[in-house]
Amino acid sequence: MKIMVAIKRVVDYAVKIRVKPDKSGVETKNVKMSMNPFCEIALEEALRVKELGLASEVVAVSVGPSQFTETLRTGLAMGADRAIHVEAPENIYPITIAKILKALVDVEKPGLLFLGKQAIDNDQNQTGQMVAGLLKWPQGTFASKVVLDKEKQVATVDREVDGGIETLCLNLPAVITTDLRLNQPRYATLPNIMKAKSKPIKKFTLQDLNIEIKSDLEVVEVTEPPKRKSGVIVSSVDELIDKLKNEARVI
Amino acid sequence: MRRIMVTPHKQGCRYYFNQPSVLIKPYIGNFQQAFQTFKHPSVSLGMHQRNRCRSQYRCFASQATIIQRRSDFSTISSEDLSYFKNILGERGVVQDEETLDAVNTDWMRKYKGTSKLMLQPRTAEEVSQILKYCNSRSLAVVPQGGNTGLVGGSVPAFDEVIVSLSHMSKIISFDKVSSVLVCEAGCILENLITFLDNQGFIMPLDLGAKGSCQIGGNVSTNAGGLRLLRYGSLHGSVLGLEVVLANGTVLDMLSTLRKDNTGYDLKHLFIGSEGSLGIVTKVSILTPPKLSSVNVCFLACKDYESCLKLLLEARRKVGEILSAFEFLDHDAMDLVLKHLEGVRNPFPSSMHNFYVLIETMGSNESYDREKLDAFLLHSMENDLMSDGVVAQDITQASSCWHIREGIPEALMKAGGVYKYDLSIPVEKMYDLVEEMRVRLDASAKVVAYGHLGDGNLHLNISTPQYDDNILAQIEPFVYEWTSKHKGSISAEHGLGLMKANKIHYTKSSETVQLMATIKKQLDPNGILNPYKVLPSSLLTKN
Repeated sequence: MKIMVAIKRVVDYAVKIRVKPDKSGVETKNVKMSMNPFCEIALEEALRVKELGLASEVVAVSVGPSQFTETLRTGLAMGADRAIHVEAPENIYPITIAKILKALVDVEKPGLLFLGKQAIDNDQNQTGQMVAGLLKWPQGTFASKVVLDKEKQVATVDREVDGGIETLCLNLPAVITTDLRLNQPRYATLPNIMKAKSKPIKKFTLQDLNIEIKSDLEVVEVTEPPKRKSGVIVSSVDELIDKLKNEARVI
Repeated sequence: MRRIMVTPHKQGCRYYFNQPSVLIKPYIGNFQQAFQTFKHPSVSLGMHQRNRCRSQYRCFASQATIIQRRSDFSTISSEDLSYFKNILGERGVVQDEETLDAVNTDWMRKYKGTSKLMLQPRTAEEVSQILKYCNSRSLAVVPQGGNTGLVGGSVPAFDEVIVSLSHMSKIISFDKVSSVLVCEAGCILENLITFLDNQGFIMPLDLGAKGSCQIGGNVSTNAGGLRLLRYGSLHGSVLGLEVVLANGTVLDMLSTLRKDNTGYDLKHLFIGSEGSLGIVTKVSILTPPKLSSVNVCFLACKDYESCLKLLLEARRKVGEILSAFEFLDHDAMDLVLKHLEGVRNPFPSSMHNFYVLIETMGSNESYDREKLDAFLLHSMENDLMSDGVVAQDITQASSCWHIREGIPEALMKAGGVYKYDLSIPVEKMYDLVEEMRVRLDASAKVVAYGHLGDGNLHLNISTPQYDDNILAQIEPFVYEWTSKHKGSISAEHGLGLMKANKIHYTKSSETVQLMATIKKQLDPNGILNPYKVLPSSLLTKN
């Protein structure tokens, strides 16, 4: 069985985000970029499944401009066997990504599609669900535990939902999106980093897959949230009462 | 550390112990009643405090140093207090016990003074007035910044007046073109780093204490830290200082010029003088630009020679982007994995003898990765390392750093620790560690780590409890060994109180004599940070 993992290159989790002065978006020039943390977890899970002998191959997939190949190299260094890069502009919406992923699934025919639950740059949490809908595959989102039964071709997924943990049984092929507590991604060790240089990254363009980017959404403005006002130290109880009454208007 | 006050025989005699010195042991039983022992927070490290001094307690790395409070220093009077309140206002004069308790105790909780007064000036003028007055009254003074020093240099030995720079924390100016930052001495390092971050620059030094330490203190102790390999010491990056001398003279050497060869460059006297020649009130410092591409890799080596070869290769292949080269040995890694939470071994399958952490900082991500990959490939092919990982994002990089930076904490959790900070020729560095292991055998665990790139070894001997016999095996052997190999007994921590009488292991007597001459010239009454840095025998008034 083949496993496909979709990964995204985002601004590094630990970087302090700044909005561009022209308010058109977030500053990404000269800022450290790396693999989306949830995608890392997804790839790690795929690798573990393969190491258990339940899959034959892990294919890492990414949709974006040319720098995205660097993130794919990281995925190969972690242990993925092959990679696919779909050349596309950045900041595409999840519906388009979902369509692209469907087209790739039709080509590669994997038994499992892993994704991170959301990307930390736009926090949309839509791609996994949309691609499952397009493929008409069952989906197990926010997975915190995945157990595969190869014979029965079934995946048992523990989901982290608001009320607690929900356990679902999915028939394969299925889409699983990963949540934080699923696993701790491995470091990329040097021997694997060196091996990764010779692993193939196949390139596709949007025309190859017959996808058109038609966006009915336009970003008008991006601003920072209003800064929290600092607290004020009052000098007496009378002043406190005065402020509560007249400024905060709570008494 | 336990303070033992010997009443009534010798008034104001203080004994600084790790364990009782040979001299005092016979007397301890007799003077039991007279002894007033102070329970120290560090003693709660699971050690039971008993009345007799022979019980286990917090240890430091030097033998007992008997210091007597100088009789020529005055004590605070009510006139002094009103004078200070006059110049500083009520807010600038602190006598509240709780606050004083904290500022009298050093960061490692080894040393505790009994100062009854802390002053908080807001301008250099106020510092000048304070010192002029204290000089005329023979009141000893301890300049204090963030109080994060590790050798007891920032807290009073007795009842010296603490002059805190914390309220002088303004950033005066920053010039993007010349990249010179001018600020007051009380600015916390982390705040300066945040300020510069918004401008696209960084501070040329970085240390674990950055959340509390102040730039004035960093300058006065010539702090080293993690970036020394890349940006050099503060002697190079500090362009100017404003210093207040013991007699109140305000010395304005606050230049922002990169080059100025007019006369003797006096600021270097104050950088590293640990507050004993003057109080630094303003600093002007050159700041490097912030570089976006940071790469961290964590490598495993089978022996020390491989670590050295890696260092040479790194300098040659990635030299211009190299920003840190740290090492730790097998015992250090073992300790960290055992005692620290949330630490992951990058090589879960096996333990290696040595680990090296390399960090590079550059302006072009792909170019840097290419260079780093080439260096790593070459090193692997030539068998310089047995394994390695490259951090793929900032979180992984922090985890790698956490292993290295968490060693001191792990040591404290493991029980007692004897700490040594030594500069030794790099090829010989590990020989000392191996000799110590032979000397101590199974009685203690010898842990070594440090700034390999700077030739700075942090030798730590970990024991479940403090033990006189173990200390006797360590000192003075460690100092003598270092001295024999022409190393330094204090690479970056300074002398402070802890090593005040140990300077002769590293500096010649003529050099130390000249230091004493300079000290007497700049501070004839010896009021600035007394009992520290230089041996007291050289500074007695004639």
